[in-house]
Amino acid sequence: MTSSLIIELGHLLNISIKAGTPLLLASLGEVYAERSGVLNLGLEGIMLIGAATGFIVAYSTGCPELGVLAAIVAGAIIGLLHAFVCISLQANQVVAGLALVMVGTGLSSLMARDYVGIALKRALRPVKIPGLSRIPIIGEGFFHHDILVYASYFITLILWFIMYKTKYGIWIRAVGEDPSAADAMGVNVYLVRYICTTFGGAMAGLAGAHISLAYTPMWVEGITVGRGWIALALVIFAMWDPLRAMIGAYLFGTTEVLQYWLQMPLQAMGIDPSLLGTFPYVATIIVLLVGSFERIRKRIGAPASLGKPYVRGF
Amino acid sequence: MKWIKIRLERVYEAPIWLQIFVAIFSLAVALMIAAFIFLAHGIDPVSAYAKIFHDSFLTEHGIEFSIVKLIPLLLCSLGLIVAFKANVWNIGAEGQLLMGSVAATWIALYGMKGYPSWLIIPSMYLLGFLAGALWAFIPAILKAKFEVNEIIATLMMNYIAMKIVEFLIYGPWRGATTWRYPITDEFPIEARLPLIPGTSIHWPTLLISLALVPLVYLLLKETKIGYEINVYGLNPEAARYAGINKTKVLAFVMIISGGLAGLAGVGEVAGIHHRLRYPWTISCGYGYTAIITAWLARLNPLVLLPVTFFFGGLLVGGDVIRIDLQLPISVVYLFNGLILLSLVSSELILRYRIKVTLVGGAGR
Amino acid sequence: MKSLKIPLFNSGRSPSRSYIKARTLLDHVNKGEVVVLMKGITKKFPGVIANYRIDFDLKCGEVHALLGENGAGKTTLVSILYGVHQPDEGEIYVYGKKVRFKSPKDAIAMGIGMVHQYPKLIDSLTVAENIALGLRQASVINPLPKVEELIKEYSEKYGLKVNPKAKVWQLSAGEKQRVEILRVLMYGAKILILDEPTTSLSPLEREDLFEAIKNLAQEGASIIFITHKLNEVMKVSDRITVLRRGRKIGTIPTSEADPHLLIKMMLGEEKVPQMISEWSLSRMRKHCEDPGNNIALEVEDLYVLGDRGELAVQGVSFIVRRGEIFGIAGIAGNGQRELVEAIVGLRRALKGRIRLMGVDVTNRGSRTIAEMGVAYIPEDRVRYGLVLDLSVADNLILRNYRRNPFSGRIMLNRSYISHWCEELVKKYEIKTPSINVRVRCLSGGNMQRVVLARELSQSPRLIVAFHPTMGLDVAATEQVRKLLLAEKERGAAILLVSEDLDEVMELSDRIGVMYDGRLMGVMKNEEVDVKRISLLMMGVRESEVDKDKARKGV
Repeated sequence: MTSSLIIELGHLLNISIKAGTPLLLASLGEVYAERSGVLNLGLEGIMLIGAATGFIVAYSTGCPELGVLAAIVAGAIIGLLHAFVCISLQANQVVAGLALVMVGTGLSSLMARDYVGIALKRALRPVKIPGLSRIPIIGEGFFHHDILVYASYFITLILWFIMYKTKYGIWIRAVGEDPSAADAMGVNVYLVRYICTTFGGAMAGLAGAHISLAYTPMWVEGITVGRGWIALALVIFAMWDPLRAMIGAYLFGTTEVLQYWLQMPLQAMGIDPSLLGTFPYVATIIVLLVGSFERIRKRIGAPASLGKPYVRGF
Repeated sequence: MKWIKIRLERVYEAPIWLQIFVAIFSLAVALMIAAFIFLAHGIDPVSAYAKIFHDSFLTEHGIEFSIVKLIPLLLCSLGLIVAFKANVWNIGAEGQLLMGSVAATWIALYGMKGYPSWLIIPSMYLLGFLAGALWAFIPAILKAKFEVNEIIATLMMNYIAMKIVEFLIYGPWRGATTWRYPITDEFPIEARLPLIPGTSIHWPTLLISLALVPLVYLLLKETKIGYEINVYGLNPEAARYAGINKTKVLAFVMIISGGLAGLAGVGEVAGIHHRLRYPWTISCGYGYTAIITAWLARLNPLVLLPVTFFFGGLLVGGDVIRIDLQLPISVVYLFNGLILLSLVSSELILRYRIKVTLVGGAGR
Repeated sequence: MKSLKIPLFNSGRSPSRSYIKARTLLDHVNKGEVVVLMKGITKKFPGVIANYRIDFDLKCGEVHALLGENGAGKTTLVSILYGVHQPDEGEIYVYGKKVRFKSPKDAIAMGIGMVHQYPKLIDSLTVAENIALGLRQASVINPLPKVEELIKEYSEKYGLKVNPKAKVWQLSAGEKQRVEILRVLMYGAKILILDEPTTSLSPLEREDLFEAIKNLAQEGASIIFITHKLNEVMKVSDRITVLRRGRKIGTIPTSEADPHLLIKMMLGEEKVPQMISEWSLSRMRKHCEDPGNNIALEVEDLYVLGDRGELAVQGVSFIVRRGEIFGIAGIAGNGQRELVEAIVGLRRALKGRIRLMGVDVTNRGSRTIAEMGVAYIPEDRVRYGLVLDLSVADNLILRNYRRNPFSGRIMLNRSYISHWCEELVKKYEIKTPSINVRVRCLSGGNMQRVVLARELSQSPRLIVAFHPTMGLDVAATEQVRKLLLAEKERGAAILLVSEDLDEVMELSDRIGVMYDGRLMGVMKNEEVDVKRISLLMMGVRESEVDKDKARKGV
């Protein structure tokens, strides 16, 4: 009885983390972009392009690792495009981001139009970490995953370290808060923003790859089903902190998993479970609400220059 | 020594001809980029564009359908203009439209079954407006009271609306006479909107949307609440200082915005489909396309009319893409996204004037 | 100094490296040698010539004051030296080497440091993080402990005390200034540009700053000191260069300068403005010798929270009578903003009462309070007082568009509005092509006139003026002051809050000093002495002020 419960819990934790990983990857990148002052609402679109590129490359070469690389590159290219439009052309970042979502939606389905419904022959498979994976619950939960999940653990820590413990982190935070002051100190505002935004795009591409190569290794149109938007909400919930983004992503993964787990019991209780599909989206709104309570209480705001293009001397 | 110096100067009021030029220029750039993407996928862009243009604007049938698609676009964009003026980013017109069609379906099939047309149709519009308004009101209140980001909130409301429609057509409202297809029964004759004879244009909705163009213009230019919307949108601090009630402005713009999208939803189910069906088939992305048309019209309701007609045509072209070119329908999004992207990018041209001067050498 | 003739640009990609190299050759420059030479500098901005053929030089170890009105082109000139702007014409030599800075980075590399008027520090970061931002020695990984150590070392060396771990928003204006100077020194600057550094300092903090400046010059730094205040120039500088309307009027040694000459140079012979004479002032003051019971504003034991939840205003009480100007002096950030916002209804009061004409209006909202006849001239007009992208007309009706002749139940009455606005534009001499032009296109002085026209046109009973002349040129400043005095004569009560002690003393009938959220030592104008106000501004208590006097035998 107890041992089966332990297995169940371990399994639940495992799937939650797996489901949370694309959210985590995308929101980590966005944390960096927003900290530098560039809002990228286009995550959903970039994730789609990453997922499609990754899938196509993995399918045609038979090597999912190459797919991951291709997705990162594709994401970075779109991120760079967003950086160019928002930083150099000073476009409205909200509208540019929305446009990216549309471009991503359209381009991904055009690119992968011959792959609809096809499953990947060799996807990224979970690997057990010897020793660690034998710890009850935690072992199954954290140490029985595909390589991207393990990578995400390290990426989170590294990004947290860079943000708070290095000179570059100070640069990024300064540029997002007060670009003209940072500029006066000789920090290259444009370069920092370009790098952070491009990096954000690359991470979103990676997040897309995790969806199409590991989480649900097949191609369907609109495979991300709104995860890009949820990742955006997570960034706010995380108050622009990589570690909090990790916690938020796994919580979210849990809600996503719960909607499937609750289906059977609800049906048994005579309640139609099909409305459970709204669960992640309602949860997102609730998370935003909770996050804003906390922000108001702690008086933490978004980076002060978020969404504002920087023009020197005007 | 002499050299030419190129300098950018800030401009606050770009001339009209330049604004029009920029709009057309960015359309052209977007179509060019899309052409290259088509080429890369082995499709001849020239013949594809020619086909789209011909089918949308040069045939009677095409024009008729462009007008049919103009109706929801115009309604949604009018609403979005009001919200955008207040710097409120409502991107939930899609969901608000769906809720409007849910309300209309309820009236037609359940709430007022058996009532005469002259009662049913106004009630559908009224309840559709209210349903859309309610759907937009929730994020408005969350933003006003708790500073919840309206972009994400309205978008999540879209997904929730889609799931609700799916729930209804798979569940309680699944038609008795539809061979278990996930659609509702057909609306009774009394609940169908009258058409312009010989066409599929449901004229009551067209009339409403056309009448709203000058009304929205007046609302923003000549009324007290319109003034408050402008002040709040441009400088919320000054609005606070002037004693403008933030909650009132936010609630008002979202109610109008959502309500108009709701009206569009009524038109779609009562004028075209005559039933509630799979959400994508009803909303067709009008709510998203409306963001572009509103932006392309530079938030001016009067400019909206030609813009939405053009985009209506482009959506008709979407059918060409799907049927003749055998491409996924969401390729239309690619067009939309590229147009929007090149549009916001080219706005730089409006903000600056390029000044070329000869520097140094003689005369000094 | 032959090595200085090395051509500067190879590719123009990263000039800073060549500057760094050049600087090491120049570490030992003798006192009195020219370190900066600017020749024929011209800089045009759309519609203005900010600098026209200006020559300027700075010697090692001197304090060279750059004097001129607001808008005379001082800031532009040093911005060019600092690499923020590039000159349209002219040449710059630093340590004899011709330079063309593309960004402040290049200037910093050449040992030029800028201390801004409002310190350009990032509020949400700590002092150490702010300094680490541009510090070359700061290591990439975990730079803070070392930077903190370095800060301590420098602050001891120069006697500039700061806490490196404090967040910048917790610092006072004087502390921020110190951080800024420390930072510039730590970046290795030998040439310091101080842009109106005394603006937000108390008189005593000013003295400290002057002391520090003289020390720095002694130590071999060369200092450009920008100001429009004559007494500061006389006190601290070795030479003075006067600018007027983008042109250089002349350079003279301070020993040969006298205030009259300098004023003439600053303002030009032809239009020395008619300063409000002592006579007219005293005449106006007499008007309200007997205030009687006409209390317009009564603030009683008021407590207000600041933006970060701290107690910004703590138990403030005062009254303002009709026909009286009550001035509140004090260094910015001592609760003035929160006090003013609570009075006009933009911020909730935690505790205490605010009464207008005897009516309790505590927390009644800005709209109610405005409708009771309270005019508000906000501190930052661009941020709070104006909507830059709306027309002049739409800005003029911001406070009364709701009322009857301006609008009906739903619609605005456009014809009445334009008529009314045309009149205001005439009456308040707002220079604008039309009332339909966006406010963004107006000059700073005219923007302030729009605010004044709107606020004063309603014959207010109480005027709350918060830094009403900040950033205005001499003529506009005079107009604002005259308008305030005229309103007072009309019988309005005026609450004047300003950092500019001279302004407060010149205009007010009674003066209070705000420090750390408390109002101290309310006194009548004729009882004022500057020394006492200075001590109060620094937070020395009344009783201690008296003790201080007693000790010195005053």
